[in-house]
Amino acid sequence: MRRWLTDPWRKPRLLEALVWGYLAWSVLPVAIAVWFSFNAGRSRSSWQGFSLRWYWEDPVLSVWHDPDLQRALLHSLRLAVLTTLVAVPLGVAFAIGLDRWRGRLAAGFNFQMLLSFVLPEIILAVALLFLFTNLLKAVQLGTIAQLLGLVTFQLSYPVIICRARLLSIGNEYEEAAMDLGASPVRALRHVLLPLLWPAIFASAVLVFADVIDDFVLVRYLSADAASEPMSVKIYNSARSSPTPALNALATIMLLSSLLAVALGFGVYRRLTRGERSKESTVEGFAAQI
Amino acid sequence: MATSDRAGAWRPRWFWPSFAAPGMAWLVVLFLLPFYVVLSIAFGAVDPLFRTPVPVWNPVQWNPFQFQLLFDRIFGPDGFLGPAFVRTFAFVAAASALCLLLAYPVAYYVTRYAGRRKGLLLVALLAPFWVSYMMRMLAWVNLLESDGMINRLLVGIGVLGEPFPWLAGQPVTVTLGLVYGYIPYMVLALYAGLDRVDQRLLEAARDLGASRRRTFALVTLPLSRQAILAGLVVTALPMFGDYFTNDLLSGSPRTSMVGNLVNDAIGSPGQGGQAAALVLVMMVILAVPMLAYIRTTGQASREAGR
Repeated sequence: MRRWLTDPWRKPRLLEALVWGYLAWSVLPVAIAVWFSFNAGRSRSSWQGFSLRWYWEDPVLSVWHDPDLQRALLHSLRLAVLTTLVAVPLGVAFAIGLDRWRGRLAAGFNFQMLLSFVLPEIILAVALLFLFTNLLKAVQLGTIAQLLGLVTFQLSYPVIICRARLLSIGNEYEEAAMDLGASPVRALRHVLLPLLWPAIFASAVLVFADVIDDFVLVRYLSADAASEPMSVKIYNSARSSPTPALNALATIMLLSSLLAVALGFGVYRRLTRGERSKESTVEGFAAQI
Repeated sequence: MATSDRAGAWRPRWFWPSFAAPGMAWLVVLFLLPFYVVLSIAFGAVDPLFRTPVPVWNPVQWNPFQFQLLFDRIFGPDGFLGPAFVRTFAFVAAASALCLLLAYPVAYYVTRYAGRRKGLLLVALLAPFWVSYMMRMLAWVNLLESDGMINRLLVGIGVLGEPFPWLAGQPVTVTLGLVYGYIPYMVLALYAGLDRVDQRLLEAARDLGASRRRTFALVTLPLSRQAILAGLVVTALPMFGDYFTNDLLSGSPRTSMVGNLVNDAIGSPGQGGQAAALVLVMMVILAVPMLAYIRTTGQASREAGR
């Protein structure tokens, strides 16, 4: 025992146990919730046999047959797709502009962008709610207001990720292209953009997965039950009268973000195939995030 | 970095600014303007009949009565909002400290000892990010219900005589809920910081005879100070604005936080002015950690660019 304690190269058993404990604690509750979405009975704490009742077999209460749950699911996916389509191109252009321009005005906007990144979501949500109800009244609460709010909140992800990548790319490649006679636009399209693809892709995955789970902004900027996505449905019924259909809904959400991330990682690996080995692993992907 | 300015001669001056322009316009309309509206409402008037807030757009006519009302409700003799502020500080402090204590060893292990399993472990650490926050809280609601698994387990092995009402306004439940909800941010911030620590410095310390513990205390810990600070900020800031963890895991005013005050004000008619004032007070309280975070990330990216 004493020898083991004083051995300077001993394995960190205690640390290892702690890490496994942490992983169990972080994964098990969710795994149990997923497991109970397949429960045959109404209980979410005692197992009554396996069934797909809460997914589609139940003619009234299952996710497939409950129009409310179905609408919530579709609305979440719609918002995620739309926000990604707007926020990523906007953010990438913003990142390129801020990175290469470097004026005082650019620094001011970079600060604003970082502020939108650290600001607690509820503050931005309240501010946008007041904007749409007091000043820009033409914007109706609902899908459009939610989209505008989500893009504002998510814009910083593509900007931060692309700027980090731009910093490591430098501007030598573009200069070389222009020395060889490319126009600025061509140098951008054929040289810089291909180098940026991994970052653009990583940020799109991040934005998509984050919007699917968004709650605070989307709830304040929703108009009625029709514009309430899955997260709001879970919030509304988690403490009132939940059936395992809620777990089923959450499981579907989980699968859609995991699918997005897995697909994203696959494509990310293809995009970074030619680079140093470290870039194309999970570590590289995580570093982007 | 020596930038050749030859290229500038070929590119029109407006070339790069035109890329930034759409994003700038977006932030002006949907980020700056909303805060002007919040100011106009917080310092604005109230409709005498409907009690709805009426924004006053001219700063000269701004009136601080909403803040007087708010400070009365916080600090006044029967300031019923005061306890929520104290509670928020207590919950956030306890939860961030717990996050740090739990996450540091985990991040440390993954950067130093994981070896070939590093990728797999990272996936496991990142997984909670892709699970909806609401689902993670729902999972705990299921487990903590009076006939839930936790109570059945604890009663079954004799720790508890009867089921404990975990979900009926327990500060412990809310604090642990916050830890569970936000610890992934801490793990990631610490992982990024610890991964950057030069391994050769640690080897040098060990070669020069420092024990494991001394190497950790004198080399690793000081070098990860920035990461610890960043981790504390990225976990504490969202906790400050959180109201849904409280609503799902307690739902009782006995544990309500500042976020709940804002949410209640937004939800009740005629309280819009108070919501605006609360949001501004929150921003002032959080200004220091937010600015500190922006400064350190700016420095880090400048160093990385060198």
